[in-house]
Amino acid sequence: MKLDTNSNLYTFIYASVLVIVVAAALAFTAVKLKPMQDKNIRVEKMQNILQSIGINANFEEAEKLYNLHITNSYAVNSKGEKLKNVNAFDINLKIQYKEKLENRILPVYEAKTDDDSVKIIIPLRGKGLWGPIWGYFALNDDYNTIYGAVFNHKGETPGLGAEIATPEFQKQFNGKTLFEGNQFVSITVYKGGKGSALKAGDTKHGVDAVSGGTITSKGLEGMVKDDWLFAYKNFLAKNKK
Amino acid sequence: MGKNLKLVTDPLNLNNPITVQVLGICSALAVTVKLMPAIVMSMSVIAVLAFANVIISLLRNTIPSRIRIIVQLVVIATLVIIVDQILKAYVYDISKQLSVFVGLIITNCIIMGRLEAFALGNKPIPSFLDGIGNGAGYAVILIIVSAVREFFGSGSIAGFKIIPQSFYDFGYSDNGLIILPPMALIIVGVIIWVQRSRTRELIEEK
Repeated sequence: MKLDTNSNLYTFIYASVLVIVVAAALAFTAVKLKPMQDKNIRVEKMQNILQSIGINANFEEAEKLYNLHITNSYAVNSKGEKLKNVNAFDINLKIQYKEKLENRILPVYEAKTDDDSVKIIIPLRGKGLWGPIWGYFALNDDYNTIYGAVFNHKGETPGLGAEIATPEFQKQFNGKTLFEGNQFVSITVYKGGKGSALKAGDTKHGVDAVSGGTITSKGLEGMVKDDWLFAYKNFLAKNKK
Repeated sequence: MGKNLKLVTDPLNLNNPITVQVLGICSALAVTVKLMPAIVMSMSVIAVLAFANVIISLLRNTIPSRIRIIVQLVVIATLVIIVDQILKAYVYDISKQLSVFVGLIITNCIIMGRLEAFALGNKPIPSFLDGIGNGAGYAVILIIVSAVREFFGSGSIAGFKIIPQSFYDFGYSDNGLIILPPMALIIVGVIIWVQRSRTRELIEEK
């Protein structure tokens, strides 16, 4: 008997069997490869954290250097109280970002640089134009002065918004302070090209926006202000020297 | 045997998918800034194309003709997702650079084109060779373009600095324009020009 490959029944059965086989194959690969992919993402996170204190680790060394330099990590709540039994590294910022500011569980890392000075690393998360943006502030042990900043993004426009991930942009943050007296003011991003922050007379808390990346710059400002960093306000104020 | 060999060698030059059939141009422009990602991209396309060809060729007598395009797409999409997952697990850095373009192999016209034109009407072994050949034809162009762009755009090949520092000290600087996508198109154009002036039979009568 020869099968009629054009009959409706045959077509339906064929399509169904095909998708079931394919789904099984895909599920199998995804499950098998998941542990390795997760490890890659963890290592990348370590690389990012290290980068904020000025250490560029390659993939192989990242874990070793991380264990060497990151001396402590803990979580705080928006009142600035340390939380017990929370693994800071595994806190999912994407979920925390959706919570109200006062309900968030916020990770903090303590690091030691090569010259033995202590840095406080605060992870950041915000919204860009096309997707999430994130980064890390490394603060000096006065919990106020920025020692280093790194930003990264999921899919900002290359040449425009994506410029936030360049060292030129990030260098601007070095030495800026988050507090003015006891007031938490954080960093303001000024539009209008190079030197706009200087023109506005804001040398302590101002940086120049990336040109052509208004929405990304706004998102970045939100990230270091109301949308995210303000949740750390009490924690930073408590420890400020 | 000679016929089978031709399946592999033809697409490298006389029937090159990029320079002669002008298929798959979009990814050729997008991932050719540096050599390493271009090589990984090429390997991915070769793998997907060869295996999709074999699978479709094995199924060719059973596929209902009314849904054959859908079946082809399902096979391609599955292979591409598997390749993408493998890249994410083993070469994470490069997979980040290739980002969406691995996923976009699904829409690469070379693959659909070969499945329709060849695998549906041929046995698995010739189909496999055809896939390897066409994938390699795509790879050759990608590698040439990316080597040229990385050399002039970043002064290196596969990440190794080629242009010595002394050149820069004398005022040489990398060409930023060549990193932009339009320059890839121009390089592909130059390759087509060179190829046609060397292989006369490719030139149309009129």
